[in-house]
Amino acid sequence: MSIWVDQNTRLLVQGITGREGQFHTMQCVAYGTNVVAGVTPGKGGQKVEGIPVFNTVEGAVRETGADCAMIFVPPAFAADAILEAAEAGVPLIVAITEGIPVLDMMKVKTYLKNLPSRLIGPNCPGIITPGQCKVGIMPGPIHKPGPVGVVSRSGTLTYEVVHQLTQQGIGQSTCIGIGGDPVNGTNFIDCLSAFQEDPDTEGIVMVGEIGGSAEEEASEFIAENLTKPVVGFIAGLTAPPGRRMGHAGAIISGSSGTAQAKIEAMRKAGITVVENLGKLGETCKKVF
Amino acid sequence: MKIHEYQAKELFQKYGVPIPRGQVAFNVEEAKSAAAELGTLPVVIKAQIHAGGRGKGGGVKLAKTPVEVEEVAQAILGMTLVTHQTGPEGRLVRRVLVEEGLAIEKELYLGMLPDRSSARVTIMVSEAGGMDIEEVAAKTPEKIIKVQVDPLLGFEAFQARQLAYGLNLEPDLVKLFVPMVARLYKLFCEYDCSLVEINPLIITRDRNILALDAKVNFDDNALFRHKDILEYRDHDEEDPAEVEASKYNLNYIKMDGNIGNMVNGAGLAMATMDIIKLAGADPANFLDVGGGASEEMVENGFRIILSDPAVKGVFINIFGGILRCDILAQGVVEAAKKVDVRVPVVIRMEGTNVEKGRKILEASGMNLTVASDLTDAAQKVAAIAKG
Repeated sequence: MSIWVDQNTRLLVQGITGREGQFHTMQCVAYGTNVVAGVTPGKGGQKVEGIPVFNTVEGAVRETGADCAMIFVPPAFAADAILEAAEAGVPLIVAITEGIPVLDMMKVKTYLKNLPSRLIGPNCPGIITPGQCKVGIMPGPIHKPGPVGVVSRSGTLTYEVVHQLTQQGIGQSTCIGIGGDPVNGTNFIDCLSAFQEDPDTEGIVMVGEIGGSAEEEASEFIAENLTKPVVGFIAGLTAPPGRRMGHAGAIISGSSGTAQAKIEAMRKAGITVVENLGKLGETCKKVF
Repeated sequence: MKIHEYQAKELFQKYGVPIPRGQVAFNVEEAKSAAAELGTLPVVIKAQIHAGGRGKGGGVKLAKTPVEVEEVAQAILGMTLVTHQTGPEGRLVRRVLVEEGLAIEKELYLGMLPDRSSARVTIMVSEAGGMDIEEVAAKTPEKIIKVQVDPLLGFEAFQARQLAYGLNLEPDLVKLFVPMVARLYKLFCEYDCSLVEINPLIITRDRNILALDAKVNFDDNALFRHKDILEYRDHDEEDPAEVEASKYNLNYIKMDGNIGNMVNGAGLAMATMDIIKLAGADPANFLDVGGGASEEMVENGFRIILSDPAVKGVFINIFGGILRCDILAQGVVEAAKKVDVRVPVVIRMEGTNVEKGRKILEASGMNLTVASDLTDAAQKVAAIAKG
């Protein structure tokens, strides 16, 4: 078991004919993901490495039964791509695109409330169920099937965490990058509650960073609802206030969104917080 | 992206949001003629820098006579203004805004910003104008009235009334206030703002409402559709190394420490800075070369880090995903050929093509220390900082 993606996932890729889209599609295929379709307006009828390309998501879903969309569309058109996938009834939409304007995402998020689709991202590495299905840009080989769920706002920092887990012999049930933007689809709480319900997930690693209050909200949720152990890490203890640290969402505004406040909230909720990233794997070995 | 107060007021004017009459000046002569053109005294001369707290720092002054205009402009232009937002080094004032002085009856606060968790724009107002709004929010939260705008519905009339009556405005002022807020919201959306703040928003003795101050920030991700805003960018307000880095799409932020670092990915870059600190040293910068960095980007990043004279050592931490370790290694080697690497460099690499990358570094003959893992790297970096 796992959450949201597994060996039955039928993936379509929006923006499959672009350089990034094509490269990462083939990486997913190589990992074993069943990629059934691509979508690029104006390129319907073509094939990318044998994968049929459609002009619309609706057409791709009708012809191939795709149930998950991975989006590589450039930022100016990405909000539209997400809406297209949702309107076509795709249950899981994973938006990799970085740099979507906040106001675009606010409209998308509000609109999606009335549709059943789940959005992961944007500005995220994607989601992987090791050994079964990779929907995203993470390096596949560092993962290992197992009992720990990973949820993170970051990309490479998640790879680091997963790598340390694997080095310690701890496998992962599913790893999700929820993205570094201020407004995103799936949040920490969605992932935590899915991990709580997943019988094959025995422990959770939660990786946060400065900016916003998602970690504080997640901590409250953990204290009230989770029975599985959680190990946490927060990046940005040394980040100066008022500066956007790479991710659009990683900014300390005034006195809110600091790493210290998040670590405190997490500790209060009973989460084992690791301050030195180098020790994360070892700590997990002790806790899980 | 940030802009100056006078530029924000230009946008306000474009949207029909009332502002005091005024003009920007780059030198004392321009300030004198701006004041003369206003044809009224007193005038207010305001330092234009990208930081708040200008009044307390002595960057906003009243001039009651033409002689005072000259004196005040002389004093402010060229001063190093230190406020709670500039840091102790302060900011050199190169422009001033010369504005008509107004008779103020009352000072209010108005702010608009995106709320992350609700995915809506929050509009807040307060009768406690002219004060630090974070302090007001902390001490007297009941003095702040908030509405949240549905991005698909837009700003509704009832919300405007909620704000107006929350401010205890009288009917004549409600009539001025309601359309003004609607126009500000329109500006906010049409220009993809990340902040619109007026502190204070004033009621004058002749029963007008005006934006006495104006702060407008923009969503960097949306600048591609606002080429006109890019014209407002003032490089003098930014760190030169940061301006240089932005030319190569590098995300570089200057810090006070002496250990330079280059990392791929923002989260890992922040975590790497934290590791440097935990090891007992201080990071000299934040540098995210991004997921898909090219050899050229790595080379430029390395050069920019080394251009900081405070840097005593460099820590390169790469987790190869999209950015393959061999590309990184090649970029570092190329950079080292072109710039004088005068400090020790510790490299820690993991992930895609890590073996190839290590071979490139070994074959280069460069003076590098390759760390086996993060803990090992942190110790090596700490040793450099101490030595």
